[in-house]
Amino acid sequence: MSLTACGGGDGGGDSKTVRVTLVNHVWTENIKKALPEFEKQSGLKVDVTQLGEDQLSDQYNVKLNAGADDLDVMMYRPLQEGKLFGKNKYLADLSEKAKADSAFEVGDFQAGPMQATTYEDKIVGLPIITEQEVLYYRKDLLTKSGFTAPPKTLDELKAQAAKVEADNPGVAGFVARTGKAAAVTQFSSFLFSFGGDFVDSSGKATVNTEQAKQAYAYYGGLLRDHGPENISTDMSWSEAMAIFTQGKAAFYTEANSLYKNATDPTKSKVVDTVGFAPFPAGPAGSKPYNIPSWALGVNDSSENKDNAWKFIQWAAGKEQSLAQQTAGVPGARTSVWANPASTATLPKDLAEANAASTANGVGHDRPLVVKVAQAREIVGQPIVDAITGKDAAASADTANAAFQKFLDDEAK
Amino acid sequence: MSAVRTPRTDSPEAPAAPLDTTSAWSRWANHHRKWLFAAPAMAFVAVLIIFPVAWTGYLSLTDAEGSVRAESEFIGVQNYLDVLTDTDRFWPAVWRTVLFTGVVLFFEVVLGMAIALLLWRPFRGEKWVRVAILLPLVATPVAVGMMWRLIFDPNIGMANQLLGWIGIGPQPWLAGQHSALPTTMFIDIWQWTPMVVLILLAGLTSLSDEPQEAARIDGASSWQRFRHVTLPLLMPTVIVAILLRGIDALKTFDILYATKGRGGGSFHEVETLNVYAYGLSFDYNDYGVSSTVLIIFFLIIIGVMWALTYRKKGLGR
Repeated sequence: MSLTACGGGDGGGDSKTVRVTLVNHVWTENIKKALPEFEKQSGLKVDVTQLGEDQLSDQYNVKLNAGADDLDVMMYRPLQEGKLFGKNKYLADLSEKAKADSAFEVGDFQAGPMQATTYEDKIVGLPIITEQEVLYYRKDLLTKSGFTAPPKTLDELKAQAAKVEADNPGVAGFVARTGKAAAVTQFSSFLFSFGGDFVDSSGKATVNTEQAKQAYAYYGGLLRDHGPENISTDMSWSEAMAIFTQGKAAFYTEANSLYKNATDPTKSKVVDTVGFAPFPAGPAGSKPYNIPSWALGVNDSSENKDNAWKFIQWAAGKEQSLAQQTAGVPGARTSVWANPASTATLPKDLAEANAASTANGVGHDRPLVVKVAQAREIVGQPIVDAITGKDAAASADTANAAFQKFLDDEAK
Repeated sequence: MSAVRTPRTDSPEAPAAPLDTTSAWSRWANHHRKWLFAAPAMAFVAVLIIFPVAWTGYLSLTDAEGSVRAESEFIGVQNYLDVLTDTDRFWPAVWRTVLFTGVVLFFEVVLGMAIALLLWRPFRGEKWVRVAILLPLVATPVAVGMMWRLIFDPNIGMANQLLGWIGIGPQPWLAGQHSALPTTMFIDIWQWTPMVVLILLAGLTSLSDEPQEAARIDGASSWQRFRHVTLPLLMPTVIVAILLRGIDALKTFDILYATKGRGGGSFHEVETLNVYAYGLSFDYNDYGVSSTVLIIFFLIIIGVMWALTYRKKGLGR
């Protein structure tokens, strides 16, 4: 239904208002500041709805299921919802528009992230934010315990965490996410570095291989033995980050995109003492994830697709990508990464850690399936079992059987 | 309801003519006015209650997943068989729902009664005490959940700091696998006892004083007066409070979601039927199974409501 003929209302057609749904993120804050510039250039009005991650996901679920056309541009998680949205045909095919614009240069996007936003050979989204897992640590505590450098291997991480904890009563050696589903993404780098993965090349579940069992035991054991004293099994990044930024933990493994929480004096007590290092190497080397965490797509039911594309052209374009990366949000454009100015404002050690993670990174941090939330709960169970002192190996066997059944059901 | 009224003819200024000129439509409307007046409300109920329930009932008989717009197959009662034999998530969720409702209802009614009795008779500063008691009621449950989540944080929360000052070691509160459900019950009791106080206080103030005075003259003690006079007279109000709070407690969602997140925690330790159905829809996109759980839940609520209203009628006789 179009209201354009009745005077260009907000209802659809080629409305001059583009309705954009964005998640709470530093990227969003930056883009909102730049919006007047776009509105002036394009003559369009941008109507932003900003939501928390869970609420954003729920809103898409309700609106897209109902075939609502009042969403034009959608910020979404390619690895979490990409397959589901692709399968349900919720995302418009942007291939033609993206390839037609030489200035936009779709070939400039890194191959891995582009693959995650392509469904059945059609470009359905453009990656705007990438994330790599890095090690956050406290320089002062390491120096106090006699360490001159952050750990390079997972064995060193465990040893340093134990020593720092012993030297500083009330401070945990290590903190990380502990929630069953929330922890999966950060645990993935441990899994890869031990030589494991969620599935093998033939699509079989592999969360009970020897490597996976070692990774579960290591991650859960480190949190159990050297984590915060009253550890919960519900922590997502906000709780774990709060413990680290309150000065109550020495080491923390997390996405680099959240670094500002640790370096912002209004949020962190450890601004002057926080350091960043590449993800420590396990038996299979240092293999952190390097993933496209957020992308922009167009709702297939939108009647304002042309203007929605104009917004994406600008927001995911070279200029904005450089501005975002300079402001500390890693993007997916090769040309921007090649530009030294894009990382000049980052702390030096974080820029080095990012570069190392980008070079060694694995392109996923969760099982690449349609029902990702359900899969995360299954493969995350051994993590919480290990943290609570249960038999992680037995739990991994149980999880593997459940995960294989899940994969079989999804393949039907 | 009377039929069409005959116009008054006792006044010379009031002719009988209007009756004759009344159109057929007006006469019909007059005859069916009870339906006409009720029609908007009935349409509202049909659109907002009957249709969603019927649609949910239909979905529960299909294998709808991924998207409700995608093609789904009619699979009869298969979902019901699957759900009713699921001892991993469904039955534990039923048990938690019953336990949560039973415990919070018991404490809310007992505490609510005690506080209402204290506030019944006038005293100095009564107005301020009433305002203070009603404060938790005006807060949004999600905000209440988030506030208590901070207070009960095992590492940086205020609750453990307070315990530390009096020499008690830190407790896991919401973080513990076995302490999470009792902690959420506590939060619910904290927030909703004032509502019970409000209802019971309204009931108490409407009671007549004579039976109390008669009992007092007969030498009945305070407890005897409460047990044999006040409580029986107040029983219909108590049942109303139980009915309202019971249904609310059965479908509690906000507090559980705000404190333990999706799935009711890593071990589903506070996953009630509502939280489970939400997860099935919004996390798993299993609309068929989710609808089945909701229909079963709906039947449970109707059963409880029926039992309570039946009991209330019995008391009214």
